[in-house]
Amino acid sequence: MTDLYQSRRNVLQYVIIGVIVIFIVRLFFLQIVNKDYQQLAKSNVLREVTVFPARGLVFDRNGKLIIDNQKEYDLWVVPNQVKDLDTAGFCELVGMSDTSFRRTFDKAVKYSRFKPSLIAKGLSVDKYASIQEELYLFPGFYGQVRTVRAYPFKSAAHVLGYISEVNQKQIERGGGYYKSGDYIGTGGIEQSYEKELRGIKGTRFVLVDVHNREQGSFNDGRFDTAAVPGSNMVSSLDIELQGYGEKLMKGKIGSVVAIEPKTGEILSMISSPTYDPDLLTGQDRAKNFKVLLNDSLKPLFVRPLKAAYPPGSTYKPSLALVGLQEGAIDYNTTYPCPGAYYVGPLRVGCHHSGFVPNVAVAIQFSCNSYFCNTFRRLVDDKPFKTVGEGVDYWKKMMATLGLGVKTGIDLPNEGYGYLPDSKYYNKIYGPKGWNSVTIVSLGIGQGEIGETPLQMANVMAAIANNGYWYTPHVIRKVADSDSLLKQTIVKHEVPIDSSYFRMVREGLERVVEAGTATVAQIPGTKVAGKTGTAQNPHGEDHSIFVAYAPVDDPKIAIAVVVENSGFGSRFAAPIASLMIEKYLNDTISAPRKYLEERMMTSTLIQ
Amino acid sequence: MSYQTIRKPNQGVDWMLIILYITLMLIGWMAVFAATYDDTQPSIFDLDKSYGRQFLWILGSLLLGGAILLTDSKFYTTFAYGLYVLVLLMLAAVFVIGTAKHGDKNWIAIGSFQLQPSEFAKFATNLALAKFLSGLTINMKDLKTRFIALGLFGLPALLVLLQGDAGSTLVFLAFFLVLFRFGLPGSYLLLGVYVIALSVLSLVFDKLYIVTALILISVLLIYLGRRSRTQVFIVVAAFLFSIGYVFTTGYVFDKVLEKHQQDRVKVLLGQKVDVKDADYNVRQSKIAIGSGGLWGKGFLKGTLTKYNFVPEQSTDFIFCTIGEEYGFWGSTLLLLLYLTLMLRILFIANRQRSRFSTVYAYGVAAIIFFHVLINVGMTIGLMPVIGIPLPFISYGGSSLWSFTILLFILIKLDGDRLAILR
Repeated sequence: MTDLYQSRRNVLQYVIIGVIVIFIVRLFFLQIVNKDYQQLAKSNVLREVTVFPARGLVFDRNGKLIIDNQKEYDLWVVPNQVKDLDTAGFCELVGMSDTSFRRTFDKAVKYSRFKPSLIAKGLSVDKYASIQEELYLFPGFYGQVRTVRAYPFKSAAHVLGYISEVNQKQIERGGGYYKSGDYIGTGGIEQSYEKELRGIKGTRFVLVDVHNREQGSFNDGRFDTAAVPGSNMVSSLDIELQGYGEKLMKGKIGSVVAIEPKTGEILSMISSPTYDPDLLTGQDRAKNFKVLLNDSLKPLFVRPLKAAYPPGSTYKPSLALVGLQEGAIDYNTTYPCPGAYYVGPLRVGCHHSGFVPNVAVAIQFSCNSYFCNTFRRLVDDKPFKTVGEGVDYWKKMMATLGLGVKTGIDLPNEGYGYLPDSKYYNKIYGPKGWNSVTIVSLGIGQGEIGETPLQMANVMAAIANNGYWYTPHVIRKVADSDSLLKQTIVKHEVPIDSSYFRMVREGLERVVEAGTATVAQIPGTKVAGKTGTAQNPHGEDHSIFVAYAPVDDPKIAIAVVVENSGFGSRFAAPIASLMIEKYLNDTISAPRKYLEERMMTSTLIQ
Repeated sequence: MSYQTIRKPNQGVDWMLIILYITLMLIGWMAVFAATYDDTQPSIFDLDKSYGRQFLWILGSLLLGGAILLTDSKFYTTFAYGLYVLVLLMLAAVFVIGTAKHGDKNWIAIGSFQLQPSEFAKFATNLALAKFLSGLTINMKDLKTRFIALGLFGLPALLVLLQGDAGSTLVFLAFFLVLFRFGLPGSYLLLGVYVIALSVLSLVFDKLYIVTALILISVLLIYLGRRSRTQVFIVVAAFLFSIGYVFTTGYVFDKVLEKHQQDRVKVLLGQKVDVKDADYNVRQSKIAIGSGGLWGKGFLKGTLTKYNFVPEQSTDFIFCTIGEEYGFWGSTLLLLLYLTLMLRILFIANRQRSRFSTVYAYGVAAIIFFHVLINVGMTIGLMPVIGIPLPFISYGGSSLWSFTILLFILIKLDGDRLAILR
């Protein structure tokens, strides 16, 4: 076949030769004429460095720093840069044993001769300062600064939370923010306010030489993005009160929750036994965490939020409120208590006996018979066609007081407590298999009922406020801002007439004046409260006390639970009253010093 | 014609091509070794590392090449279209059963073995084009012929583009050079160059300047050609087309190209300095090559390799390793090896008696040329960052095998050049 385009035979050949020549010329300029590149490669190579912002600090309500940042140093090694290593000298300088150094160093060599590996972790600033002076004698080793959390007051560990390395799940949920090895707040304020506290990571482009040493910034930092430091936050905690409470609770298992009723601000939240928050920072974090996790007393368990206790008699004020509102009783409802409540074969014992003239006195003496009667009248009342309807109404009304539901506190993992409903009983007994007698123990806060200490304190706040409560919270605002955080000013109105609240308050005042909790009297301050002694299957009764004070203008509402310590008046009431006194008066009056002494020294844990 | 009835497999084999081929593969293996060297696994045969696997690919390639030499060259002329259709089906199948790798969905996984059909599309398309252009009634003056020829490689190119592999798509443009050789008017090439130039200009300069310049040039051309009505008409039409094109380019650029592709173009045009992405790669690549100097740093002494400063070091940026470790003389030698290879292929093309073989040979030269042009051009900052392998050098089985098939079919056709007249 004839080639019509013989003239084009060599075109491709010329194009190819032309391109190759251009390439060679270009290479000539790149590799021989232009010396910049050789210089750049020798000394300067770009590296992207993540700049971690300083995590936000946290202050207490009086401006005291409760979460701080502290510098710490890690020692790294690049094995192929190590020359003439004086092992003994290095171990002495850093304070490592010869064997552990050998082990980590061998591991580093095995990992990579060119990439840095960690040799020693979490050296304090002082320690590193002394090491740094002589570090130049050991080429290949260098220090890197890191900040860790520090807790000046060593208390409130459960409220504050801690920092841990992100796990795979958190990386996936983080929307691309977290990389493996980053840190994230876990538990407490650190977790709830992670976004505010962490700030925004920045990026720096630095020139490094082939030995990974920094040579300066690239293009005068034109492409760098600055890290945005995390916001400082103001907590509602009173760290002095918190520390005082932890001292009182020492040697006991239980919880204390103190709320400022008018704002819903948590003044103190104690979970006992507690732990030193510094244990979960720094180099021994993992080891300490394991010890705490395996402790049979469960110091990591956040009891005020998670533990649901049978409220016992502390729940009677709530029942009185709902009973009054529904019309099952009124102020003047009486009950002749023979020392126990009898119905059919059932007998509910009572600590007192005698005629109960009204609901306030019933609360004062914590009359079991009166409240069994009240509960049955409530759920069997006319508007309800069945007892089931009555129970459901009861549960619904309790929810308006924050019981059986989450209060919405700004801390992770809050529990619901527990309140049963008709469905629950239908399932157990069958729809027709139960009546108000079956469930009469609900009248005295026993049986299928659980409240968290936070819920107990919150009910007191609602009563102190005559019918409303704010969502409890531990963070008030961002430090430099004037306005409170939006989520802290959510108000809940309780649909119960304020006159009923006044009747219940009268009863609560009588309890401390001349009832079951005279031990809670504070000279010069009128306290209102209610004891509870919760029977439980785990051993001796839980001692519970809920209170608020001063009665004319409540500034603190409190709930104290001391597990397995008997009557409410034995441990819970003294501790609560001491907390109140400390918070309101700042000192403990002389006649009550012995009480303080006794609480601080008594140990219930073997 | 009766030369011999029984032919040996190595009969008429062009040993120069084979030697060049093996030399390039060995250079590639050494370069992959240096680029991914890990001193805890210093054996070049270690199958955990890419250099060990590359060795397997090379062995496979040699077997594959030997197998092709054992076949009859008539097979390729007879089944050119069949192979072409098969590859088209494979390309289409990728949409259904393909797996994504590096963001481009163009792999087929068969067990643990992964295949990239777009690599094999090259030789199959080349065969089909050779078959078509060697037809007795082919006349490139015929518009229909032109369009069928364009369609033959346009279709696989489109399928590859839809898979997101812009680099491989670009390689299909190499067939323009083949068509040009066999009669496609030069205006097609000029038009292509003009369109590319206009695209670049409209991305770099303000549209106002370009329109002004176009008006001035058109007025000048109309003035010069005022006697010929046709010329005036063509100029006016070209002017309108250009204006329209300029105004749609930006739109196409923004809407059709992916973000990373836009970045690569912008970096090349000097509009964008993004230290993290495309510019970073080119910058590191240039530093690595530039730092090689005249004699290079020596085998395994390339420091930039060791810290992964250059991305995709063993695949798309393999040329850096050679530039850094062997310097100017090494990289020039490699380019000269390629030059020799391509010129040898063109020489072979011109000694064929069969038109089929000639066209096929031109295709092979053009494909290799485009790969070298884009790949090396990218590493030395003359081309945008487009991820395509350097023939016979880059790490990877699909690419190595497809180039082996491409080349050995040529060697087989050439070996039989005296035996059969097609």
